Amino acid sequence: MKKVYRRPKSLKRAAFHYCPGCGHSIVHRLLTEVFDEMNIQDKVIGIPPPGCSVFAYHYLDIDMAESAHGRGAAVATGLKRAYPDALVFTYQGDGDLAAIGTAETIHAANRGERITSIFINNAVYGMTGGQMAPTTLSNMKTTTTPYGRDTRLEGYPIRMSEMVALVKGAVYIERTAVNSPANIKKTKKAIRKAFQAQIDDLGYSLVEILSPCPTNWKMNPLESWQWVENEMTKEFPLGLIKDTTRTKDSTGKRDAD
Amino acid sequence: MTKVLMYGNAAIGEAAIRAGCQCYFGYPITPQNELTEYMATNLSRRKGCSFVQAESEVAAINMVYGASLAGVRTMTSSSSPGISLKQEGISYLAACELPAVIVNISRGGPGLGSISAAQSDYFQSTRGGGHGDYRTIVLAPSSVQELADLTHRAFDLADKYRIPVIILGDGMLGQMMEPLEFKYDAPSELPVRSDALRGAKERPSRIVKTFTSRPTELEELNWSLFRRYRLIEKEETTYEIYLVEDAELVVVAFGAAARIAKGAIRNARANGLKVGMLRPITLWPFPYEKVSELTQTTKHFLVFEMNMGQMIEDVKLAVEGKREISFYGRPGGVIPTPSEVLRVITRLYYQKGLKTEK
Repeated sequence: MKKVYRRPKSLKRAAFHYCPGCGHSIVHRLLTEVFDEMNIQDKVIGIPPPGCSVFAYHYLDIDMAESAHGRGAAVATGLKRAYPDALVFTYQGDGDLAAIGTAETIHAANRGERITSIFINNAVYGMTGGQMAPTTLSNMKTTTTPYGRDTRLEGYPIRMSEMVALVKGAVYIERTAVNSPANIKKTKKAIRKAFQAQIDDLGYSLVEILSPCPTNWKMNPLESWQWVENEMTKEFPLGLIKDTTRTKDSTGKRDAD
Repeated sequence: MTKVLMYGNAAIGEAAIRAGCQCYFGYPITPQNELTEYMATNLSRRKGCSFVQAESEVAAINMVYGASLAGVRTMTSSSSPGISLKQEGISYLAACELPAVIVNISRGGPGLGSISAAQSDYFQSTRGGGHGDYRTIVLAPSSVQELADLTHRAFDLADKYRIPVIILGDGMLGQMMEPLEFKYDAPSELPVRSDALRGAKERPSRIVKTFTSRPTELEELNWSLFRRYRLIEKEETTYEIYLVEDAELVVVAFGAAARIAKGAIRNARANGLKVGMLRPITLWPFPYEKVSELTQTTKHFLVFEMNMGQMIEDVKLAVEGKREISFYGRPGGVIPTPSEVLRVITRLYYQKGLKTEK
């Protein structure tokens, strides 16, 4: 009988600890499918963040090292500089990449570090119990915006990918979601392209993935998937944000933008 | 080997390159900029090496963490306020048992403070300035020659014990020029640790982490770190003694302060006062045993520091109340002169009724 679905080689034989409906397990699986398909399992080094996905190393069968909160891009920079043959990626949440690690992210991108960031945007701090994230939507209730995020007091949901796209060293940025089979397929394609940009030695690549957090959103999995579709994508439109991976200047060198 | 004339900061850079340092990450702060600039000029274009001017000290120390993961010799440098920012990263390096060298060309504090030399980061360096139960080896050079020698030793110790090593210099040592000799040539091949994180090729995948949901697992990590710390205390404690054999009064001083004290002691001896000095070279591990041994032969201790009195706590722990201890210090970046210290020594000597040479 022909096998049509199997556990990727790069995915360890372990049951995910993530909540039902959580986007992390889908993204983990997509990553490992990409590693297998690109045959890069033995070259990839992952930097997971503090947070629910700190345990990514229990699932991804690749070299991994934990990072301090927000410092993923700096750690990845050091690793890649010391060993340029590696394919280094950070796996970061919205608090990690877009609040405490904003500086590290922007500057790693600006230096055009040959690294990839997988940016999980679920609009809350997940592991700490659902506090306001920089990406929390306006009027959205969280444990630290119990009256709803008042933009006058708490600012606006931040579009980090668009910000990072402004720097020349960033060559590929796409926002996707994992709330439907079609979007999941697109996410996998984006992850692949992001790693390809790194393999081609072009610059910094980032895939922002809108990812449901039913537990902290206080929804069931289905509602949370719908909420991504109906609410999150209004603030964070899906699609390609930047791609200069094919651009070349007159000298044959690739132009940064 | 021939002698060369160099600034302290540049000597550290050259010694690091000769020790096989492959990656340097820094951020500008006075009075250590010459070191960052030396690495930009002399390391950044070397084959297989990398230099990054980071966006912050926080980023720089985390780049060091990343490079250490990849198994190479790596370092960062800064000065006091910047070293405060690096504490997060140092804690992670200690926790994950990653070798690294961190240079602190310290300056006056607290706060933004001054850019003049001070020793007020003793507590921060020797107590583990970041969170959690950990230690870092702390080396305290007192000449440009020693800056170079201890830089080399720092890389060796870091690798041997898988521990971050701090070189605690100060603005005076970093900024002054002295002749020195480099005892090593740069290695032809850069060393790579066997446990480097370089992709799971022909071996199972590796994880470098401390986070665990089982406290007993973390407890064991702490125990194992401390077993190693005990070994370091046993094997690596170093100090210099100067004229202590017959000394009635022993001055305890480190780094630049020890140089100043030495000048004062030389003159005190010329005046017939029996004064000696103990200079800890490793601030952690601190030479408790040697200080304790000196309590049998000396009558009085004078701790002299360019701060409000930090190392004196370690001296007290070592003396255990067996002898009286006095303190003289100037904080905030004021550098006392040898004649000032001589006055302090002389007054104290007669005040305590210590015996002079016949």
